[in-house]
Amino acid sequence: MSDILTISELDCFYGEVQVLHGLNLTLAKGEVLCLLGRNGAGKTTTLKAIMGLVPVAAGSIRLGDRELTGLPAHEIPKTGIAYVPQGRRLFAEMTVAENIEIGLMTRGKGKAVREAVLDLFPVLRERLKQRSGTLSGGEQQQLAMARALCVEPQVLLLDEPTEGLMPSMIQKIRETVAQLRGRGVSTILVEQRVDAVLSVADRVAFIENGRNRETMPVEALRADPSAVRRYVGVG
Amino acid sequence: MKGEASALKAYGLHVAVIGLLFALSFVLPPYHHGLVARIMVLATFAMGYNLLFGYVGLLSLGHAMFFAAGLYGAGLSVYHLGWSVPLAFAGGIGCGAVLALVIGLLALRTSGVAFMIVTMMFAQVFYLTILYFARWTGGDQGLVVPQGSRVMYLGGASFDLTNPAVRYRVALALFAIVLAVVLVLVRSGFGRVLVAIRENEERTKMLGFDTFANKLAAVIVSGTICAAAGAAYALLFGYVGSSFASVQYSILPLLWVLLGGAATALGPLVGTLAMYYVTDIASSYTSAWLLIVGVMLIVGVLFFPKGVLGTIRQRWLRWLP
Repeated sequence: MSDILTISELDCFYGEVQVLHGLNLTLAKGEVLCLLGRNGAGKTTTLKAIMGLVPVAAGSIRLGDRELTGLPAHEIPKTGIAYVPQGRRLFAEMTVAENIEIGLMTRGKGKAVREAVLDLFPVLRERLKQRSGTLSGGEQQQLAMARALCVEPQVLLLDEPTEGLMPSMIQKIRETVAQLRGRGVSTILVEQRVDAVLSVADRVAFIENGRNRETMPVEALRADPSAVRRYVGVG
Repeated sequence: MKGEASALKAYGLHVAVIGLLFALSFVLPPYHHGLVARIMVLATFAMGYNLLFGYVGLLSLGHAMFFAAGLYGAGLSVYHLGWSVPLAFAGGIGCGAVLALVIGLLALRTSGVAFMIVTMMFAQVFYLTILYFARWTGGDQGLVVPQGSRVMYLGGASFDLTNPAVRYRVALALFAIVLAVVLVLVRSGFGRVLVAIRENEERTKMLGFDTFANKLAAVIVSGTICAAAGAAYALLFGYVGSSFASVQYSILPLLWVLLGGAATALGPLVGTLAMYYVTDIASSYTSAWLLIVGVMLIVGVLFFPKGVLGTIRQRWLRWLP
């Protein structure tokens, strides 16, 4: 598989504090790459750096042949990268339909994309007129993903999408990620739940102190889960 | 279908309000005739303010400068340059639009409390500039626009803006046009993006919207509407004064919008109408009328935390724009 996203020697700082130290990652087309690591390891910062929300001090982020570092944050989604942040961050006062409309406007997508997205999350179709702030946690997560998918992304960044959800919703999120893989969407998934990682990921990258310590296929991790203990401290 | 029905109800309500205001022009006694005309112009000012405060969530304490830019732009060009009414009106709007562009470019580098302070400072500079150039602006005394120059010639017909009936209808026309513009804007994609910025600016950026450009566009539209109200005020009521550039006139539209309902299209009218009439009635009974207005605002906040129309929309009429 050819790499669609390549991160090379990435350095990022929060003020004086260096958070990413020469981070390297690759993401292949249609692949689900999971970032695992302890709190504060730099997983979310990696996603924010890709989205241009954290300034990149050194290194490169390339989508295909296009360099993304230096682009303003609002230009990144137009390249075909969508981000679902931790905590969903919906427009709570807007209805479900309006949240989706905003997503469609980014790249001028129309009714067909809207219908495709709603087919993926049928529960949202029943809630179109409801204010998004009044949805359940699982429905909000589905709406956040639906809104991100409105740009028909090549790369989807998901930051802890199963956090705080009940098992049936977690299963729904996993199924959706698998479905998207089938459609050729590449996904970087930040997860704390090792079972979720094992069920959907193709590869796993262990992030520690802002560095990619080890990347392995998920089969290798299944066969030898000691890396989880080593880098995450559980398992 | 439900969405279309809501849109129809919303447009129907606004058309009915315009119709009611038009009908009132035939029945109101002279004093109230003049007062309602003034309220419609000031409600237009409040609608401009509401676009930025209600829909984008940017609290400006300097909008008096946009109103005054229109007021002085139109008034001085008639007074000193002898421009015709339509030209002076366009000149006033142009002054407000250019000022809004410059202020927007500078003030939007800040946010939150800093934005509030920066806009207030710019407005104070504008106010002091008016006082400094008293030779041309009339300073704190202001200027009276000559009656003879307040006649508008359009398509062979003349409209004397000093005539109460003409004045009322011109004020109503301005109010109706701006209301229609605001309604179209807030229901458009641009309006959705503005609300998205208010809800979560970073998230809006992450979705691919240039939030600075959208906020700047909102400041320009808002400033231009306020300037249009100012220009109309100068030409309809014939007075150009520095008090309209003072901080009081930056706070008043905020109060009108809060009382009527921020981010509602008709809220500014309701708020301006309520404040004006309570002030008018209270001041005819007591010199402590500010106390009564203060009590009204407190009661308003307690029972209508989102303003009159904002609360009505939240509780009963979800379709209200």
